Amino acid sequence: MADTPQAVIDERVKDVSPWRKALIRPELGGIIGTVAVFTFFALLAHDSGMFNAQGILNWSTVSAQFMIIAVGACLLMIAGEFDLSVGSMIGFAGMMIAIFGVTLGWPMWIAILVTFAICMAFGALNGVIVVRTGLPSFIVTLATLFILRGFTIFIPQTLERKTIIGGIREAAEGDWLAALFGGTIGRPFFQWLGDAGVIGVFDRGNRAGEPVVNGVPMLIIWAFVLIVFGHILLTRTRFGNWIFAAGGDAQAARYAGVPVDRVKILMFVFTAFCATVFATCQVMEFGSAGADRGLLKEFEAIIAVVIGGALLTGGYGSVIGAALGALIFGVVQQGLFFANVESSLFRVFLGVILLLAVILNTYIRRIITGER
Amino acid sequence: MKFFKTLALAATALTVPFASHAQAIDDDLSYIMVSHAPDSDAWWNTIKNALNLAGEQMGVNVEYRNPPTGDLADMARIIEQAAASGPDGIITTVADYDVLAGPIRSAVDQGIDVIIMNSGTPEQVRELGALMFVGQPEYDAGLAAGQRAKGDGVESFVCVNHKISNPVIADRCRGFADGLGIELGSSMIDSGEDPAEIKNRVMAYLNTNPDTDAILTLGPTSANPTIQAVEEMGLAGDIYFGTFDLGAEIVQAIKDGTIQWGIDQQPFLQAYLPVVVLANYDRYGVLPGNNVNSGPGFVTADNIDKVEELAGEFR
Repeated sequence: MADTPQAVIDERVKDVSPWRKALIRPELGGIIGTVAVFTFFALLAHDSGMFNAQGILNWSTVSAQFMIIAVGACLLMIAGEFDLSVGSMIGFAGMMIAIFGVTLGWPMWIAILVTFAICMAFGALNGVIVVRTGLPSFIVTLATLFILRGFTIFIPQTLERKTIIGGIREAAEGDWLAALFGGTIGRPFFQWLGDAGVIGVFDRGNRAGEPVVNGVPMLIIWAFVLIVFGHILLTRTRFGNWIFAAGGDAQAARYAGVPVDRVKILMFVFTAFCATVFATCQVMEFGSAGADRGLLKEFEAIIAVVIGGALLTGGYGSVIGAALGALIFGVVQQGLFFANVESSLFRVFLGVILLLAVILNTYIRRIITGER
Repeated sequence: MKFFKTLALAATALTVPFASHAQAIDDDLSYIMVSHAPDSDAWWNTIKNALNLAGEQMGVNVEYRNPPTGDLADMARIIEQAAASGPDGIITTVADYDVLAGPIRSAVDQGIDVIIMNSGTPEQVRELGALMFVGQPEYDAGLAAGQRAKGDGVESFVCVNHKISNPVIADRCRGFADGLGIELGSSMIDSGEDPAEIKNRVMAYLNTNPDTDAILTLGPTSANPTIQAVEEMGLAGDIYFGTFDLGAEIVQAIKDGTIQWGIDQQPFLQAYLPVVVLANYDRYGVLPGNNVNSGPGFVTADNIDKVEELAGEFR
């Protein structure tokens, strides 16, 4: 033992330069895209209010929304599966909170917890069906998309004869759990900024003197917490390796002793959890749940994840990349409004920018990883 | 020097397609309209055209924005965004008071003038601190239609409601009944949105209630199948038939004499007037003292030609 040199060079590990190592990261495309997008809007919309306090809050809130669902979609996609029911889940979860908390009058924290339980059960059901039947998750969750959207319209129609249920804000007043989703933090700091003249204040109405931005919404805090959690889970734990393995080659992973089925089901549950967080923040902020909430959000989540460098086929990707993808998406979407782009051209711009981001990503990845 | 001027002009010309349509004569005023309509909703095209026309005529910049999928939570973000970009005024709808009250009130408190159009009530407008409301109060429109029908000798009616979940739409029926001076009772039927079902329910109702004088439909969704129903039953032109809103089939039916009148809420005015009011308010400080009812405008066989010519563009 003593005569073995300390630094044994394992012949199975190829020597990679640190420079190259830094480049072989799924989030590289996301980083480049983020820089490009911010440069673009800094040039085009710098004097439009996009970069004052209110403007920053606006696009960061929209980005944070995308981030919350992108983290779930990202981990699930790395594990090799899709969830198309995210958008419907958002509408469904919001409606459940409204039904339990307003129509049935339960305490809001119970309504929220029960909703989380129901939605995560639906997530688990998605996972179990996919794993047991071996059907593509695309089809299974497409069915869930319709089922959940159907319930979201049917239940309030039957109970209340309308498809929008309001009064959630009043029902949630003073509730400890609701405050975790709907409130803002850092108010004194923003008041101080407002008093100091750093950010604008309301100049009329009963909020005169208050700063136009009165805190960081909990939505943004949730986004950060989920990103940090997802990143650590994926890159620093054994479970993270299992996620990559399950999505890379499920059969090989099974031979190596990875509980592939459990990993996939848990990721479906986590995606449902993220969708429910999104929905809860939304109903707490806006005070009403509508049957048409969350339409097409599943695609927005997938787009953010793909911009962030994940492979649609699974086994490759990063949470930080997905978060950057969500940031790009949010900034582009709101930034185009700030840049005064004619609104009917909005989708054209969005499509072109998304396409460029994805092509750039794929190109970089191919060069670096040497895959064909 | 001249070269640079040309270059600058060319650059301006290049950016024009990307900027808003309305070219400013005096571009220190800019207004933003935020609607609740998804991209797929063709009705709002009239709004866009009227908005651009008003912008050109008044020499102000106007922009139209909407949530692509019609998601009202997205609409709230767009209002917040519009407020952050600091326009002189915002024109928007109150499609859902709970969702939109916060962002609209913040914009008002920030010192931006707000006019509510299309959806909302005078009470909500007052509460939000908006300048005024331009739209068609549904109950009043129904009432006016009911009074008109009463004058034509109608004593009983059936109201075909394809959107029973929407209380605002149902107000049209209630107003119509009050205008006739009769109880609404069971004359409002929940027809659903499927054309075949609507047609069959209307036929069933008319068969079981043969003494029904009049039919009121609440939009093209219920009007089109009802036109077919009365044609098949041989009642076309015989039964008194009025409808809300317009569409190609309704226009044709008015020409044929199947439908006596269509109620136009005149979206043109809902987009045009707020821009005019805001511009004059900002320039001269003048403001009408009340809300403006953009409808009901009655479209009959007498004035149908003009409507048909401009349908989808300004009508």
